[in-house]
Amino acid sequence: MEANKKSIITAADFVRIADKEKKKEDIVRPGMSYWANVLRKMVTNKIAVICFIYTMIIIGFAILAPILSPYNYDTTALTEGNLSPNSTHWFGTDTVGRDLWTRVWVGARVSLLIGLFGSIVPEIVGILVGGIAGYFGGWVDMVIMRIIDVGICIPSLVYVTMLMLFMGAGPVTIILALALTGWMGSARSVRGRIMQFKNREFVLASRALGGSPFRLIFKDILPNIMGQIVVGITSGIPQAIFMEAYLSFIGMGVQSPMTSWGQLSQTGVNVFRIYPYQLYIPSIIISLTILVFYIFGNCLRDALDPKLGN
Amino acid sequence: MNGQLLEVNGLKKYFKVGSRKLLKAVDDVSFQIRRGETLGLVGESGCGKTTVGRTLVRIYEPDAGKILFDGQDITGLNRRQSKEMTKRMQMIFQDPYASLNAFYTVGEIIGEGLDIHRIYPTKKDREARILELLEMVGLHRDHINRFPHEFSGGQRQRVGIARALALNPEFIVCDEAISALDVSIQAQIINMLMQFQQEMGLTYLFIAHDLSMVRHISTRTAVMYVGTIVEYGDTEEIYQHPLHPYTRGLLSAVPTANPDYERTHKRILMEGEVPSPINPGTGCRFAARCPYADAKCRLELPPLKEAAANHRVACHKVS
Amino acid sequence: MEERLLTVNDLKVSFRTYAGEVQAVRGISFYLNKGETLAVVGESGCGKSVSMQSVMRLLPDKYAMVKSGSVTFKEENILSKTDKEMEHYRGNELAMIFQDSMTALNPTMRVGRQMSEGIRKHRKMSPGEAKKLAVEMLGEVGLPNPEQLFYRYPHTLSGGQRQRVMIAMAISLKPGILFADEPTTALDVTMQAQILDIMNELKDHTDMAIILITHDLGVVARMADRIAVMYAGQIVETGTARQIFYEPKHPYTWGLLGAMPDMKQARSTKMYSIPGNPPDLFAPPPGCTFASRCAYCMKACVKESPAGMKVSEGHLANCWLLDERSPVTRPPEGVIPAPSADGLDMSGEWEGFT
Repeated sequence: MEANKKSIITAADFVRIADKEKKKEDIVRPGMSYWANVLRKMVTNKIAVICFIYTMIIIGFAILAPILSPYNYDTTALTEGNLSPNSTHWFGTDTVGRDLWTRVWVGARVSLLIGLFGSIVPEIVGILVGGIAGYFGGWVDMVIMRIIDVGICIPSLVYVTMLMLFMGAGPVTIILALALTGWMGSARSVRGRIMQFKNREFVLASRALGGSPFRLIFKDILPNIMGQIVVGITSGIPQAIFMEAYLSFIGMGVQSPMTSWGQLSQTGVNVFRIYPYQLYIPSIIISLTILVFYIFGNCLRDALDPKLGN
Repeated sequence: MNGQLLEVNGLKKYFKVGSRKLLKAVDDVSFQIRRGETLGLVGESGCGKTTVGRTLVRIYEPDAGKILFDGQDITGLNRRQSKEMTKRMQMIFQDPYASLNAFYTVGEIIGEGLDIHRIYPTKKDREARILELLEMVGLHRDHINRFPHEFSGGQRQRVGIARALALNPEFIVCDEAISALDVSIQAQIINMLMQFQQEMGLTYLFIAHDLSMVRHISTRTAVMYVGTIVEYGDTEEIYQHPLHPYTRGLLSAVPTANPDYERTHKRILMEGEVPSPINPGTGCRFAARCPYADAKCRLELPPLKEAAANHRVACHKVS
Repeated sequence: MEERLLTVNDLKVSFRTYAGEVQAVRGISFYLNKGETLAVVGESGCGKSVSMQSVMRLLPDKYAMVKSGSVTFKEENILSKTDKEMEHYRGNELAMIFQDSMTALNPTMRVGRQMSEGIRKHRKMSPGEAKKLAVEMLGEVGLPNPEQLFYRYPHTLSGGQRQRVMIAMAISLKPGILFADEPTTALDVTMQAQILDIMNELKDHTDMAIILITHDLGVVARMADRIAVMYAGQIVETGTARQIFYEPKHPYTWGLLGAMPDMKQARSTKMYSIPGNPPDLFAPPPGCTFASRCAYCMKACVKESPAGMKVSEGHLANCWLLDERSPVTRPPEGVIPAPSADGLDMSGEWEGFT
């Protein structure tokens, strides 16, 4: 079947090509680095992009809206109480006349910050504890795991209540409570992953080079479990936000006049039958934000998995 | 002294499996390696050869036995002394995909040893050394800022070798260093290892299951079976006059790239499978599969004794 | 008497990836007769597994495209069959065994049941009859206590035993062709020898043809009647075992042979090695794909890809060195094994015996 193909070779072509300047050790194909691949997967995922935009909007409003608003979040105006959303008060006012638009976005600051710190702090504690347990194993691991096994069974409300007795209610208390309860879950999963990586050859190579355990855990293994940690943080945020909302709702969280989304829901539920908007608005925002963060966390988990979609 | 760089006596390494069972990965292993030579360590899966290599570089701590490096007992060193030793004993690993940390550039990986021991305080000197190592192993200077996944298996293995050479060690354990590579790349790497040995006076422990490669690179060979050395001595002597029944079966089973020979030569049929190193009995580990085994073989573990010049065998039946 | 079972003509297969099209198989042609073993040799990425999986139509259409070529089995055009029709062939007339026995067997099902199910899919048999056949096959491959082994789970067996089970499953229905993709690579040397012996015995009994995919030239020397050497998606040389080992003509084949240290060669001779790495199959060069690594590369080689040149009857090689206009070239020293039956002779009585 090759008979019809005209050959372009002539007799003169049969000479040796001397020492070709060919880069024989060329890199076969410059691929994308791991993080570039992650970014690509996220950027091409429409849902992830929508979630990201939503998050940026919420953060934007949380920062700017209270500054730009003509009202303060705690200025009362009893004559203007319980107004439905209108052109001057975009979200209406609450019972004592405070502008709800401003309060919602000031509350956003509190809720989001609690969400962020309430997720990062336990994760960091979890990494430290889980890292030590996972790497050293033996009785260190056993003691830590037994502590976790017991601690994780105690409902978080118990810790919050105890802390409240000592410290009083407020955002710091909530963050501390979250830290106290949240570190255990992440410690477990970090420990598991470290045990997986402990015997990988690149870790053994560092050991053979004289690396200290500290170096091995934090320089060698940690980057490889970073993906899991990031996902832990992004799913911890909605949990923390919900925790705050729940605690404030039952009166054990953020106290008036300081406000948060949960706090707003709590005041809103009192007048729900007459002025439903005062509950609807904070609840919808809480639900939507939590949902968006969860979905984003899922997309991130898939993007970080090197086996999917490369 | 005696030119022995490494002397291992009665090395044992056991692992607990479950609550009652003991996996005797390395059970009373002894050998010596002279400076500038290569000892080939061969055996099938579960024989303990990888454990031996890892115990030498202190990835595992030995349960019993003595390791002497350049006359010095290194078995009971503390953390700081162990770290000093890593400058003299290094390791090259098997899997080119798992032995490099995917998050660091090739330059950082090669320079890791330099960083740990703070050898080059100035950035310039450090980089110069890394570039020197890159070129030594046949890679390009430009590759210093690339990531492992951008390279082929053979190239990654070269990075692993550069990393091991960075500290100028005297002794390198090659743990199946070529097994995961394509055949033509294996030849490249073997040539390179042998070249370095000549130029830098390196000493190797070459752990492998590919018998023909081991023969090519090793001065002496030790054959392991389920945690013990069954035959040990001069490479050519062992390959040409194997005495232990297991070694004979093993050499007979290796396929050679020669059709005429393969079609005609009679093979020793070795039935059965390699037994587990968990709770082995007291007798010779090969007794269950050995056509010549008798009661004594099944009860008593044979010691390694001299059967010919530079040729030791662990078998009751060998005169 | 040679009876042609399988003919593959100019098969081209590509993969669609987000980065472009990878030309994994770039026009291969070969044939297989009844009762013979064809070894397909090559290193990783050369396309040997992909080619055979394409012949069995195992690659998902979503990612793999057969761009051109034909595959004829017993006079039937395989490439035009529907998926349903292919099910009739797979496991029945075309059987395949893989390297990793642990993932090829269903871990939640007993071994015997997996075999019976496969048998009953293609033959009208009662469960009892299927079991009898399965047990018989387990015995054929040298497994002890096949009646009991029938009821065991795969993870309770060793690697060697699982591989035998895979072979038993594959041959139960007396396939015309057995595709074996690196069947012994993951096994110890002594186990490998046993498995290869079983395969040869089965071939002698049943007239089955084997396509053996491997990178181990020793295994090839032991098993193959004919050999196809693949590089970068093409067959660069093909011939009988003796032709390929003792009279190889392609520089890549020389490289493969040179990379196997002769068991008789003394130590410290530098091995003949090919520099560089296999090429990128996203954009193969216009000339011979091996040119950039070839020590004998000529101008012609980078201009145009050589087609299969005939060396002798049944022996073809894709190399411009074989053209009459090219200068005479001899393979490098010590690369080609000497045709002889000399070697380590273990057949005699063991002298050490006391």
